[in-house]
Amino acid sequence: MKKFFRSRARDIEEKIEEYLCCISKAGLIFNEGIRDYFRDKHGRLEERRQEISQLEREADELLKKIKHDLYAHMLIPESRGDVFELLDDLDDIVDTTKQVLLQLSIETPAIPPFLREDFLDMTGASINAVDELVRGVRAFFMETQMVADYVNKVFFFEKEADRLEEISKRRIFSSEETRLSCKMHIRHFIEKIALLSDKSEEIAKNLLIYAAKRSI
Amino acid sequence: MPGSFFFLSSGLFMGWGLGANDAANIFGTAVATRMIRYRTATVIAGVFIILGAVSGGGGVSRTYGQLGAVNALPGAFTVAFAAGLTVLWMVRLGLAVSTSQAIVGAIVGWNLFSGTPTDTGTLYRIMSTWVFAPFLGGLLAVALYLPARRFLNRTRIHLLRLDSYTRAALLAAGAFGAYSLGMNNIANVMGVFLHDSPFRDLYLGAGLTFTGIQQLFLLGGAAMALGVLTYSRKVMMTVGSGIYALSPVTAFIVVLASSLVLFVFGSQGLQSLLLSLGLPALPLVPVSQSQAVVGAVTGIGLARGGGNINFRLLGKIGLGWVATPAAAALLAYIGLFFMQNVFLQPVFF
Repeated sequence: MKKFFRSRARDIEEKIEEYLCCISKAGLIFNEGIRDYFRDKHGRLEERRQEISQLEREADELLKKIKHDLYAHMLIPESRGDVFELLDDLDDIVDTTKQVLLQLSIETPAIPPFLREDFLDMTGASINAVDELVRGVRAFFMETQMVADYVNKVFFFEKEADRLEEISKRRIFSSEETRLSCKMHIRHFIEKIALLSDKSEEIAKNLLIYAAKRSI
Repeated sequence: MPGSFFFLSSGLFMGWGLGANDAANIFGTAVATRMIRYRTATVIAGVFIILGAVSGGGGVSRTYGQLGAVNALPGAFTVAFAAGLTVLWMVRLGLAVSTSQAIVGAIVGWNLFSGTPTDTGTLYRIMSTWVFAPFLGGLLAVALYLPARRFLNRTRIHLLRLDSYTRAALLAAGAFGAYSLGMNNIANVMGVFLHDSPFRDLYLGAGLTFTGIQQLFLLGGAAMALGVLTYSRKVMMTVGSGIYALSPVTAFIVVLASSLVLFVFGSQGLQSLLLSLGLPALPLVPVSQSQAVVGAVTGIGLARGGGNINFRLLGKIGLGWVATPAAAALLAYIGLFFMQNVFLQPVFF
């Protein structure tokens, strides 16, 4: 009986871990993709985009299996709703990274060199927020009392990304060399990259509630 | 003989209601949170209630005998019926009612009617447990909760594995809870019929005897189990999702703490062991499972910082300590008068 429970639970635990790895990897690949774009390595960017698409498919497949197994074996009935919501929300992050790289690859916005550092810093802050979120989600499954620590870091990086978003927007719109249509185009990408940290913050807030519900 | 069995009906009805109601205290959260299937919970509860009643119910029932030996079957019927009516009445008034308090009140009512002196020593001993049981429930819950919280915060157990361990723990605690309930509360169901049991000892061979009292308790236990099987779902859902709103781990602690209360007030074996070790033993007295649960939940609420305490409910329990036995004594007195003078049945000898 114990073995039966353990192997089934272990199997799903491993799937959840694989799923979280997909999210983390997507963040790292996204970061490299943005760097490739600024290095004018468009071929590499395309490869990164395909890698993220592949990761997204794997994540979707894993999510389906996790949901099926949790339902079929009637596991964690009390926290099941929260876990599904959490994992679904994380899927949005991979979707966003894929979308941004695809748009960069198709639209090739003309980002002026003076914005390069701001863009990279903002991407870094957003990806740090995603990373800390994934750590927080792992803590939710393994050591609930640590969740708040990771969530605080997500909040920190989200604020940092917000600050950089504002700076970038001010710099591009105060520039006289760039046309308004380009400014609008670049603003779209600034907002899309910052969206990653916003989403992470939103999920982190819910994570705090799920963790509080789990505390005995 | 069939008439004798008819007179047991009020006790059986009491058992049916007690089973339906108290199984919810044991398995309510586990079933409402879908940790344990309803059918599994009812089967385990039914089996262990009967086991507890038959194997360990004697000691507690003797305490009622010391309070008042109801010596005529129609009298016992009326006493159990009055207690049942009181429970119904108090539930409708929204008071946290205890079957034990109703039975004790009804026995005192019989004593008053029959002119039998009430053993005040036994009465005080019983009444002190009414106050002590919820306190003990609270103490035990805190004693279990604090180390459990510490342990769970220090060890890295995955949510999924914790879930399967919690299920196993809830099943084990539920079985223990059902056993303790059967052992401790069978006295409320069949205790007043002890002196007029229609059952005779059965010799089973190989030196084994199935005593009349055990047969009586088997019948009472079966009535409790029938209550669990037929009428506990709604109560389980109410207890599990409405009143206490516990997490499965906390529910396990509450069930274990309240079951331990019933066990220490019901186990003759434990009492003998403590006495043989020269330690003070607790009296064998039926205590309210619901009130032990409220005590345990309150204890955990205090351990978590006091935010969850329902002082209104505690006030109602306090009121129930006085109102329930008083109402039961009054109803028993009136009922015995009618049984004796209208139905012309002997209610005491």
